[in-house]
Amino acid sequence: MAARPAAVAGAIETIKTEKIDMRKICLTVVGMYLMLLHAFSQVASSDSSGYKARKLKLEEVNLVSSYYNQTADKSAVMGGRTDYKGNGDVTDLSNGLDLKFVGLDSKGRKNALTGGLGIDYHTAASQAYVDSNGHARNNGTRIYPTLDWSIENERKGMEFGLGTYYSAEHNYYHSLGLNTSLSKKNHHNGEFSVKLTGYFDRIKMILPSEFDPVDSVKSTSSADSVVYITTASGRTEALTYVNGQAVGGSSTTITPSKARDTYTASFSFAQVINQRIQGSIAMDFVYQSGYLGLPFHRVYLNTGKDTIENLPSQRFKLPIGFRLNYFLGDNIIIRTYYRLYIDNWGMVSHTANVEVPFKFTPFISLSPFYRYYVQKAVNYFSPYEKHSTSDQYYTSNYALASFSSQSYGAGLRIAAPNGIFGSLNMLEIRYAHYTQTTDLVADVVSLNLKFK
Amino acid sequence: MTKTRFFIGALATLATFLSFSCSPVKEYQKNRINDSEMILANRKVEKTELNAQTYREGSSGANGGKTGGGCGCN
Repeated sequence: MAARPAAVAGAIETIKTEKIDMRKICLTVVGMYLMLLHAFSQVASSDSSGYKARKLKLEEVNLVSSYYNQTADKSAVMGGRTDYKGNGDVTDLSNGLDLKFVGLDSKGRKNALTGGLGIDYHTAASQAYVDSNGHARNNGTRIYPTLDWSIENERKGMEFGLGTYYSAEHNYYHSLGLNTSLSKKNHHNGEFSVKLTGYFDRIKMILPSEFDPVDSVKSTSSADSVVYITTASGRTEALTYVNGQAVGGSSTTITPSKARDTYTASFSFAQVINQRIQGSIAMDFVYQSGYLGLPFHRVYLNTGKDTIENLPSQRFKLPIGFRLNYFLGDNIIIRTYYRLYIDNWGMVSHTANVEVPFKFTPFISLSPFYRYYVQKAVNYFSPYEKHSTSDQYYTSNYALASFSSQSYGAGLRIAAPNGIFGSLNMLEIRYAHYTQTTDLVADVVSLNLKFK
Repeated sequence: MTKTRFFIGALATLATFLSFSCSPVKEYQKNRINDSEMILANRKVEKTELNAQTYREGSSGANGGKTGGGCGCN
């Protein structure tokens, strides 16, 4: 083979060098392409994740109405008397409306804002006996708005919430509630929740009429005076008397009040056990302080004289509840609940509840239920005319007595995914009959309409 | 003595609950668990009943309902 001339050898070397450069350029172009592809692929994945902010939108409306009717005697206002003056009959008509708005923020977190308004109207025979002759007002209205906000991160299984509550009625100036909650799901179908709640109440010191302050202020002479009268409606009037005659009409004054605070730390854990069973455990630590009795609850002592209920200014409660729900077959669900309760006033109670919804179709169910409750009285309870003058604390309120109660009834639920009538998504009606061994009997009918 | 019984009872119930053999349940297997009747809470329609029980009985709590606030005195 003849030797290559020097010029040819140089040309071959140049071509080799250019090939290497071409490879570099090609690799660079491919690299840039891949970089661009990668960059666009990030944008594409961002778009496809569904994390598009969505403004709050009305998602659900709930309307709950109830009628409650109770017959009883031994009212707390009359210190547990069993005659006609101890009448504890009550009727209550309550209506509540909840509006739930749901939206998504730019990070895909679900925001829910729920506003509620409740209005109750009641009549209570015992309330009339705040006046010792039974002439006080025997009805009242309660208004209670609520506002709750929550944010849920589904990817992390976490939810955080804040809530406020306000209530006003004739016998307390206000009850203000605040709460915050946090829940976390684990990878084993469990969920742990904690909720902190505070209620801050101002109780109006409405006294039974025989304890109304009389001739207590501004006596201008032995015959002239200002008489303060506090009515059951909570209104205190100042009547000016001169020589035994009322003059100048009346002027409304402010009824004194006392504070009652309630702090609660609630912990719960819910667990899916298998495809048909799930359960939960809940425990509350409740601490109350302030005026824990009511100023118009009488206590009749064994001397025959009456006084006003007097209870300790602190109470610590510890309830623990368990739920277990079982889906039996295709049509029957067994819902069970048990609660054990203890507090530092000496009360111990047990609550057992079982409900068995039967599904006629996936959207129509009938739910009969039964509840049994038993409690041991607080240390400070005695019936009418059984307390002695040496007792430090005393009450004759039968809600704090030893008794048992039973409740039974049924609920009918109709829910259709495409609506029952237009936007009406769910209808539920429920009846409950309740009896206590203190001779208290009550019936409740409730209706829940859900619109979506 | 009562407190001791309370805690023993609570712990026994807790142990019973935890002793259930939890089997893994996938999302697509939760059609029964997710049924609206299986919810681990009270229904909205029970609200007045729960209020009345809170007022007429000496105990409350551990059921998702109110633990204080307001009067409930009649």
